[in-house]
Amino acid sequence: MNKESPIISLKNIEYTYEKKTVLKNVNFDLTKGSFVGLLGPNGGGKTTLIKIILGMLSPMKGSLTLFNKPAESFKDWNKIGFVSQKSNSFNKGFPATVFEVVSAGLTSKIGYFKFFNKKDKQKVLDAIKSVNMSEYTYENIGNLSGGQQQRVFIARALVSEPELLILDEPTVGIDYENVHRFYELLHELNKYKGITLLLVTHDTGTMTKYATDIVCLNKTLHFHGKPDEFESLTEKEMSTFYGHPVNIVTHDH
Amino acid sequence: MLADLLEFNFLRQTFLTGLLIGIIAPLLGTFIVVRRLSLIADALSHVTLAGIAFGLFIEKKFSFTLLPPIYSGLVFSVVGSIFIEKLRHVYKAYQEIAIPIILSGGVGLSVIFIALADGFNTELMNFLFGSASAVSKTDFYTILTISIFVVVIIFLFYKELFTLSFDEEHAKVSGIHAKQIHLLFIILTALVIAASIQIVGVLLVSALMTLPVAASMRIAKGFKQMMFLSILFGEIAVIIGLISGYYLNIPPGGTIVVVSIIILLLSIGYKRIFVTKTKVGATV
Repeated sequence: MNKESPIISLKNIEYTYEKKTVLKNVNFDLTKGSFVGLLGPNGGGKTTLIKIILGMLSPMKGSLTLFNKPAESFKDWNKIGFVSQKSNSFNKGFPATVFEVVSAGLTSKIGYFKFFNKKDKQKVLDAIKSVNMSEYTYENIGNLSGGQQQRVFIARALVSEPELLILDEPTVGIDYENVHRFYELLHELNKYKGITLLLVTHDTGTMTKYATDIVCLNKTLHFHGKPDEFESLTEKEMSTFYGHPVNIVTHDH
Repeated sequence: MLADLLEFNFLRQTFLTGLLIGIIAPLLGTFIVVRRLSLIADALSHVTLAGIAFGLFIEKKFSFTLLPPIYSGLVFSVVGSIFIEKLRHVYKAYQEIAIPIILSGGVGLSVIFIALADGFNTELMNFLFGSASAVSKTDFYTILTISIFVVVIIFLFYKELFTLSFDEEHAKVSGIHAKQIHLLFIILTALVIAASIQIVGVLLVSALMTLPVAASMRIAKGFKQMMFLSILFGEIAVIIGLISGYYLNIPPGGTIVVVSIIILLLSIGYKRIFVTKTKVGATV
C-alpha cells in the first residue's frame, strides 16, 4: 500500500463532558490501507473519538483533518462508512428486506430529488454478494442471526464505496464462530479491496492477528504500533494504560 | 348500492374523498408506525379538533366564515406539529412528554371553543366521529390537493424517509439532513390528519393511520410491500366502512375502524396458520 499523507489526522484533540476530561492530547494519523485496531478500557473515550471523526461531536480543542481537508469543510461523507455498535440493537421488528437496508447506504450518495436506478441496484446486489449474503437478499432483516445482520450492515456501509470503514465494537453479541468469519471478511476487504479499516474492539487476541496497527486509548494514546510490539508489552506497561492489572487471555470473551 | 353512491354528486364526493384518505393515511402511517410516532398522530388530531372548534366558534359568534373549519383545523394541526418538535427538543431525554402536553392542550382548547360556541351541535359531532355526508365540493378539492401534495412529497423523499426511519444515526452520519426531513414529515402528518378528519373523525383518525399498518406488518417481508399492503387494507376498510356506515346510518369512523380491526385479526390469524404450516413442513 502506498503511504502518502494520512487520510485522517487528529492533532491535540481534547474533549470534555460535564467537566470530565474524556480525551486529552490525542494525536493520531490513520494511513491509507491500514487495518487499525483501537483498544482501550470502557470509558476510555473510544466511542467519543469515533464520534468526533464522524462529525457527531466537536472537540473542545485540537484539529481534525479528513482526506486532507479540515473537518469543518469536509463534505464527502460517502468516503467514510460506519458500522455502529447499535446496529446490533436496532428494532428487530422493522419490516425491511436485506436489499432495502443495503440500499439505504446509497441514499445520501444518490442525493435529493434523484432516484434509484439500475446501476444502483447492481451496486446493492454486489455489496450483498461481497459479504456473502446473496441468498438472503429478499429476506426480512429481522429473521437473520446477529452475525448475518452485522454482515448486512457492513454491506450497507460498503455500498457507497467508502475508502475508510469505521466499526465500533461490531462483534458484540455475536458468537465466537461468527466473530471469526467476521474478521476474515474484514481482512479480505482490507487486503483485496484496499479499504482502510478502523475497528474499535475489546477482542485483543483476535485483533493482534488481523490488524496492521494497534492503538490503545485511555483519555490519551498510550500505545501506537505494530501488533507484535503490542504483544511484547510488559504487564506493567499494559496496566498503566488500562488503569488496572490485566491479563490478555487470547480468545476468551 | 354502489350505483347509488355514484349517482348522487355529494355522495360521490364523499366516496372519492374516502378513497383518497384510504391512500394517504396508511401511506404516511407506515412511517409513523415504524418510527414509533403513533401517539403523535393522536395528539395532532386533538389539536386539529381545537382548530375546528375555533372555526365553528368564529362562525357562530361573529356569523361570518373566514374559512371553512377544515382550514382552521389544518392551521392548528401544522402549528401543533411544529410545536411538538420544539417540545421534543426541549425534553430530549423524555421526548414522549410532548404527546400528553399537546394532546391535553388540544382537548383543553377544544372544550373552551366548544363552550364559547354554545356547546355541541351536529356539525361538531360529524368532526368527532366522521361523517358520510359532510364533504362539500370545496372540501373535496382541498383534500384532493393535500393528497396529491402528500403523495408527491413521499415519492420524492422516499429513500431519505426510509433511511431515516430505519436507522437515524446512520442517516445523520451519512449526511442526510435528518432534522429538516423530519420536520417535513411531521407537517405532512398534520396535513393528512386534517384531511382525514371529515370522514373518520378526530377520535379515530390515528386508527386509519396505524391499524392497516399493524395488519400488514404481520405479513409483509419488506418495507415497500408493507406500504402497499397498508394502502390496500386502508382502502378495503374505507370502502366497506363508508358503504355500511351510510346504509346503517352509523358515522363511518366507527365502521371503518371496526373493519380495520377485523382485517388486523385476519392477518394475525393468517400468520399463525401460515407459520404453523411452514413449521410442519420443515420437520418433515
